[in-house]
Amino acid sequence: MQEPRRHLDEFLSPEERERLRQQPLWKIRLRLFLRSLRTNWRLFAENRIGLIGLAIIIFFALLAIAHPILMKYVWDPTVYDPVVGYAYEETMQPAPPSSRHLLGTDPLGRDVLSQLMFSARSEFILGLVAALITVTIGTTIGALSAYFGGPIDTFFMRLADLIIMLPFVTILIVLGALFKLDLPKLALVIGILSGFGGTTIIIKSQALTIKVRTYIEAARVAGGSHWHIIRHHIIPNLLPLSFLYMMFTVTSAIFSEAALSFFGLLNIRMSWGLMIHTAQTAGYLLNTKTWWLIVPAGLSITLLCAAFYLVGRALDEVVNPRLRKR
Amino acid sequence: MRRYVLRRLVQIVITFFIFITLAYFLLEAQPGDYAQIFLSNPKLTQAQREALKATFGLDRPVHERYFRYMRSLLRGNLGISFSNYPRQVADIIFERAPRTLTLFLTATVVSFTIGFFSGKILAWKRGKTLEYVATVGGVTLYTVFTPWFGLMMIWIFAAALKLFPIGKFITPTLWRGAPIEATVLFQRMLLTAFIDLLILFFWLLATRAVRPDRRRPVQWLGVLVVLGGLAAYWVPTGLTRYILDILHHLVLPVFTLTCISFAGTMLLTRNSMLETLREDYIMAARAKGLPEKSIRDKHAARNAMLPVVTSFVFSLAFAIDGGVITETIFSWPGMGLTLLEAALSQDIPMVMGGLVFTGTLALLAHLVADILYAYLDPRIRYG
Repeated sequence: MQEPRRHLDEFLSPEERERLRQQPLWKIRLRLFLRSLRTNWRLFAENRIGLIGLAIIIFFALLAIAHPILMKYVWDPTVYDPVVGYAYEETMQPAPPSSRHLLGTDPLGRDVLSQLMFSARSEFILGLVAALITVTIGTTIGALSAYFGGPIDTFFMRLADLIIMLPFVTILIVLGALFKLDLPKLALVIGILSGFGGTTIIIKSQALTIKVRTYIEAARVAGGSHWHIIRHHIIPNLLPLSFLYMMFTVTSAIFSEAALSFFGLLNIRMSWGLMIHTAQTAGYLLNTKTWWLIVPAGLSITLLCAAFYLVGRALDEVVNPRLRKR
Repeated sequence: MRRYVLRRLVQIVITFFIFITLAYFLLEAQPGDYAQIFLSNPKLTQAQREALKATFGLDRPVHERYFRYMRSLLRGNLGISFSNYPRQVADIIFERAPRTLTLFLTATVVSFTIGFFSGKILAWKRGKTLEYVATVGGVTLYTVFTPWFGLMMIWIFAAALKLFPIGKFITPTLWRGAPIEATVLFQRMLLTAFIDLLILFFWLLATRAVRPDRRRPVQWLGVLVVLGGLAAYWVPTGLTRYILDILHHLVLPVFTLTCISFAGTMLLTRNSMLETLREDYIMAARAKGLPEKSIRDKHAARNAMLPVVTSFVFSLAFAIDGGVITETIFSWPGMGLTLLEAALSQDIPMVMGGLVFTGTLALLAHLVADILYAYLDPRIRYG
């Protein structure tokens, strides 16, 4: 640890040296963090596909943020409320797109654009909550079973084997049909199923390669406890991979939510899947003339899922050096 | 090798029983008593209700019912479906599973073939515009919201262009007065198709003895002979129009499923190819001055195939998983649709039967994938 500092000191005046020494640790950490962020951003930005994904995500995030503002200052809540609003100035419901309702209204006279923007927020929350649960479970279990091995490892790996063999969508549909899930419960179920399943296996195999590095041995020789080594040396090195798997979990969470609410199995006020479900129960499913009931919602689900997947793939090329061009 | 397979087999049997147990208690834990729904007919007297409850064993405690269920499961008896009373669950599965398997086997094989070839080319053209277009398009299709995409396909090809029927398995008007039941005919179709594929497989295996430059015509001859054999068998029976009707209904779902899933294989092949291309033997092949096409197809693609083959077997396991959505959109009366309808109408024995079937299929596919992987990669066998 002494060697590089002495080397650096030769270029600095004594005052500067003193100033650097007195710098708080968090400032140095922040600078290191920003530097690695810059390098990673450069690697990520090399991949135009990832940038496309990021642009789509930002677009939907802006929609989600804009909705409450529009509701407060521009749109009249009695007309534009996504759940209880009614477009009373239209004579026929569903009304085609017009200047007042850019994407028309649904069979119950509610504004489609408002529903679309309102749902974007809940999709983000669902995806992120499910992904956070997955990653927390996956990283903890992966690090623990790689570090300790033995019975803990066997137990969690067999559990993961069991879970990845389960038909995911089918289980969710059966659960939804029998229990009436709402959004937090769905996020929890998806988070737990994918957290104990495939994510753990991949993170564990990464943790195994970290466990045999020399700095782990150094930490152990220096008297670091198991807990200290796992928390300060293994988990920080797992985080890039965990972050990558977060993206894929978001995709599968949004997709599952849409599929379940399309079948009418979710206890939820409004979502993209539910918009298609409403069109279906009102009998507009096979009617090509009322395209605005189905196309915007379906396209939104597809685009947001694809965007998170594309970002995940681009991150994969950053995290996984084998796939880089050089 | 044998020890490895045996160990996996034991693990899989244990996993199967854990899965069934979990599923059973999950269905038991649902709010409300499904017995009440089934028994709430006001015309029934109290005594009749008690008798019915006793017949179905619903008056017993949970653990006793669980052991009874497991005992009859081992004897191959899955109980009686509530919503299709008095049909046996096993009978319904036997009728509908072939439809699901046919749909997804065909779609999976087609999408893997397309995905493998396009992935191979994609890896070769890394960094070109083609790669961006294909990746973005492929991923969009891969993560597309399946019900919506299915609807779009129906809108375009069935409603607007009227090329294909809007769903279902057969056209009822055509089958009025048909000499044979659709299910029976379908099973016979599958049997002949299976025999023909087997013959074709051995024929192609046998052509390896032929000199490479003369191989192609001999292979095509085999395909023609097999197709001719099929025609010779079916045309005299006069059932061709019914067969064509079933096939006609099959085209759109298969096409949709292929569009959705080929990108997965394409991207996997691409990544696997990119890793293979850095190997020394590729450089050696280049140094020998082999043509690009030969390096790509014979040296790189062959070795990049390992993860693709495994993912093929795995994806078979998840056929029914995606099946619930696709079958519902196309009203294809297979296992997925059956499972969804059973779950919605609280037909618990049918739901259990569907889960048992799905679980068995998934576990078998995993076993096959494991064996295949161990066979192809010795590091796993001895690791």
